[in-house]
Amino acid sequence: MPEENKAPPALSLAALFLGFSKIGLSGFGGVLPFARHYLVETSRWLSADEFNALLGLCQFLPGPNVVNLAVVVGKRERGLMGAIVAPLGLVTGPVIVALLLVMLYDRYGTLPEAQGMMRGVAAAGVGLLFAMGYRMASAVKDKLVFLPFAVLVFVAVALWRWSLPLVMLGALMLSGGLAYWRLQRQEAS
Amino acid sequence: MNPLVDLFIQFLLLSFVAFGGATALLPEMFRVVVENRHWIDPVTFTHLYAIAQAAPGPNLLVVTLIGWKVAGVAGALAATLAMCLPMSVAIYLLYDRWESFKGARWQRAVQVGVAPLAVGLIFAGAGLVGQAAELPVAAWVFVLAVAAFSTKTKFHPLWGIGAGAALGLLGFV
Repeated sequence: MPEENKAPPALSLAALFLGFSKIGLSGFGGVLPFARHYLVETSRWLSADEFNALLGLCQFLPGPNVVNLAVVVGKRERGLMGAIVAPLGLVTGPVIVALLLVMLYDRYGTLPEAQGMMRGVAAAGVGLLFAMGYRMASAVKDKLVFLPFAVLVFVAVALWRWSLPLVMLGALMLSGGLAYWRLQRQEAS
Repeated sequence: MNPLVDLFIQFLLLSFVAFGGATALLPEMFRVVVENRHWIDPVTFTHLYAIAQAAPGPNLLVVTLIGWKVAGVAGALAATLAMCLPMSVAIYLLYDRWESFKGARWQRAVQVGVAPLAVGLIFAGAGLVGQAAELPVAAWVFVLAVAAFSTKTKFHPLWGIGAGAALGLLGFV
């Protein structure tokens, strides 16, 4: 192994597939922290700065962030084929495991014990969601200005049951527009 | 329309507004899959979410499982592909230009503007799944405990899931 902090020049497609398989299978309820650990520390395919820069783009676009990340890392290493193989590696293992679990559920899911277990796991999942929402809310900048948009989206989606694409489009124009105006004012002063 | 095609188109459209990943889409998936199309009943929806939580892998898996329930293996693959494809193509094409628009005012404005919207979606998803799971009062106490532990301590989410499974199996929640 060369000691330099740079990826070896020719990373094979098989290595990409296997690397992202490991990432996909190593996390529960989101694998982004594992992706960082594997890409930056274990495999050293990326430096910490490169990882942050790529993640910026992946989080900027909608869609599953870690799939997006696999696409860009794959493209960087092996072009189009890499961009196909890396996300396939990421999702193939987890999809197989999830399908096996759901097949078990289809078979035994009606048993009262299984129903109780699923309800308990769903409850834990709801708790984790609330925690995730709380953490994301804590990270929002200028809370007094922007958190009202969170409330607006919640009310429109959860209570009024409006269509999410329309709500997002409208809310993004409002909150994005406000953010643009504030940035403009900030830069002027 | 053929459910498989319908499913593919629905998730293809949803992927464009998945700010915050697949988790942020829980409320809309619930609306489309449970309320509009009646493909899945509310309780089963929450069970699919539970299975996705208990399996290793990206949050995306709930989409795979909904696809499976609607149209078997073909549905699972179609839903997963539809969820990933549009933004994978977009990011593939945008990757080389990212440096040129990163930090532009509109780019930062979108980033700042989107963050609170994702927060709203996550809370909406949590509320809807909790409501649809028909949780008894004891289970809501557990929900709050998991939320508190997860925000205040560094415990691994798997402990919460394991505790939920055990408590549910024993009939406490």
